[in-house]
Amino acid sequence: MSVRTLPLLFLNLGGEMLYILDQRLRAQNIPGDKARKVLNDIISTMFNRKFMEELFKPQELYSKKALRTVYDRLAHASIMRLNQASMDKLYDLMTMAFKYQVLLCPRPKDVLLVTFNHLDAIKGFIQDSPTILHQVDETFQQLTETYGGLSAGEFQLIRQTLLIFFQDLHIRVSIFLKDKVQNSNGRFVLPVSGPLPWGTKVPGLIRTFNHKGEEVRKAEFKHGGSYVAAPKEGSFELYGDRVLKLGTNMYSVNRPVETHMSGASENLAAQTQESIAPNPLAKEELNLLARLIGGMEIKKPSGPEPGFRLNLFTTDEEEEQAALTRPEELSYEVINIQATQDQQTNEELARIMEEFEILDQPRRSASKGDDLLAMMDEL
Amino acid sequence: MFRRERSIPLRGSAAALCNNLSVLQLPVRNLTHFGVVHGPSAQLLSAAPEGVPLAQRQLQAKEGAGVSPPLITQVHWCVLPFRVLLVLTSHRGIQMYESDGSVMVYWHALDAGDASLVQAVFARGIAASGHFICVGMWSGRVLVFDIPAKGPNIVLSEELAGHQTPVTDIATEPAEGQDCVADVVTADDSGLLCVWRSGPKFKLLTRIPGFGVPCPSVQLWQGTIAAGYGNGQVRLYEASTGTLHVQIDAHARAICALDLAPELLSAAEDTFVHIWKLSRSPEGGYIEVEHRHGECVPDTQVCGARFCDPSGSSFAVTGYDLAEILRFSSILSPGQQRKGRPSWRTCYKQRRIQSPTAHRSSPLPTRSCCQHTVSHW
Repeated sequence: MSVRTLPLLFLNLGGEMLYILDQRLRAQNIPGDKARKVLNDIISTMFNRKFMEELFKPQELYSKKALRTVYDRLAHASIMRLNQASMDKLYDLMTMAFKYQVLLCPRPKDVLLVTFNHLDAIKGFIQDSPTILHQVDETFQQLTETYGGLSAGEFQLIRQTLLIFFQDLHIRVSIFLKDKVQNSNGRFVLPVSGPLPWGTKVPGLIRTFNHKGEEVRKAEFKHGGSYVAAPKEGSFELYGDRVLKLGTNMYSVNRPVETHMSGASENLAAQTQESIAPNPLAKEELNLLARLIGGMEIKKPSGPEPGFRLNLFTTDEEEEQAALTRPEELSYEVINIQATQDQQTNEELARIMEEFEILDQPRRSASKGDDLLAMMDEL
Repeated sequence: MFRRERSIPLRGSAAALCNNLSVLQLPVRNLTHFGVVHGPSAQLLSAAPEGVPLAQRQLQAKEGAGVSPPLITQVHWCVLPFRVLLVLTSHRGIQMYESDGSVMVYWHALDAGDASLVQAVFARGIAASGHFICVGMWSGRVLVFDIPAKGPNIVLSEELAGHQTPVTDIATEPAEGQDCVADVVTADDSGLLCVWRSGPKFKLLTRIPGFGVPCPSVQLWQGTIAAGYGNGQVRLYEASTGTLHVQIDAHARAICALDLAPELLSAAEDTFVHIWKLSRSPEGGYIEVEHRHGECVPDTQVCGARFCDPSGSSFAVTGYDLAEILRFSSILSPGQQRKGRPSWRTCYKQRRIQSPTAHRSSPLPTRSCCQHTVSHW
């Protein structure tokens, strides 16, 4: 599909991740300076110039599993640690939130406004760090250059590509269920009222013309919805009123972030079928991932700063329980790639993966290739 | 008015594409075939009149170079004078099968040579015109394949250059047998419509500009073009001249599918499906449109819609993330039912039965055998 979708996907998912982490840091009463450091570290890693360069190269979207690897890396870019269960939940929330935003976008081009909403909020997190602010502004610039001139048709293709990526994900999110934007079957509510996309007229009019182009008849029909014209177009400038609320921070300290894992999807069969089938192109995807992650300059935690563990659940017991009861089909494990015997291990990826701090002991195995793939499996 | 009938379950949900439902009516065998794109695969299934699924098959996009498995953009049955082929377009190429999807008879790989790094390469837009099958491309080109009466000896006959942006949809109808009659319409992402006359060499008759709003779906019937746009409008044009006849502010989101025979069906991402009655006014000869029915498919971004029978008394709908085909049928009493006017699709079959000895190089069949007359409205 569209080869320009990855930056939008990555930045919006990253934005949602930051909203959730910010809320959990406050809910868990992590000291203000530590919380700020965590967010600063993650944001500066996200907007690192080399990384952004790789991200903005025209390329197809990664699989969900591959993309999850990038966020794993990102979430551990500071002194904060997340258990597998918390990381799973974080990724679930991020993906469902952005899926909701893409689906509800009135115009395909509005996904750019959603991205700008995320960036505006990110700038709010790092107000005291001019260097990182500058990085974010540069990314803004790059977004405008890449997407500012795209046609409506190209944005429609981007939208379709994103929706295919999110197809069959129906994880129920408490905050969505409470706000009645998601049904109990996991599907989002598509309202038939409210403001129209910019450039769309209120449905209901039939105009007839003669061969000279003169209007000869005007009739109305009942279209079934209750729409109003959009008041104004959102701003695509560096600063401005985006008008659209999608992509702004919907979490606050008082609104907990819960997900329901049961009844996630009726189409589990279709989903598992695709994830079990061995992907012969997995190695090429690993190479691309290596380049992308290679661009992330992860700062090693300096000094005696102690790490801490963030819990996406209310208690440790809940987190353990979630890890045990997570449906097999929804696990984000990287596919066990068959190419263990392949000696052409990607050197760069091996080097990067060595930088990962893995909680469990890596399995001792004979070849470098096995080590690398084992490490990937344990992510 | 319409009522909801029993849905037909799908193995995989429908992808968020446009024109994501193809229907092949087989009234002789009392069957209807449905085709829906899931993503890297497409699902074909056949159902009895009450919607009972009878058989199903999944087709995969043929692999090629690339990181992720290729995605299918459209699946469509092409009814030709002597055979029916199933065509699948993807990001790698064009696959043609026998109508039940059992045997692939032709594979055309896309040549991405001219594409810049930032352009997505794909085929999209499928229609049959006489013994040709037209397929649109990301580049705006339309490939015209010459199809023999049987066998795999399919030949690329022509490459039409009319569009500069990716083709979205193609619509055709049988020619009248006279000169200069438009029988093919192609649409693209910029909203431009190109009107052609088919033949050994296709001729571009007229262009209808689009003003940058994509036209994802187009239909052609009785010399009238119905085009659905990304801003929710439906416009009806005179095919031979390109004159705008009717403009309907029909939907609140982008239109994703149209069907036309004899009534107009429009479906959009706003969850609505509308049916419109078309007629020609006796005085001025201009087209009149009357809204007949509106159906809301709650919380579903519709991605495909088609009539299931020639009189337009039943239709089917697919939606993004929905693993079923929704069916609706008219609840008019038998006396109120529209007289069955076979659509041109069924007419092809009747002609084929009547002239089995005609071969590929004969002129396109005329309409004198069928029940349509030009002024049927």
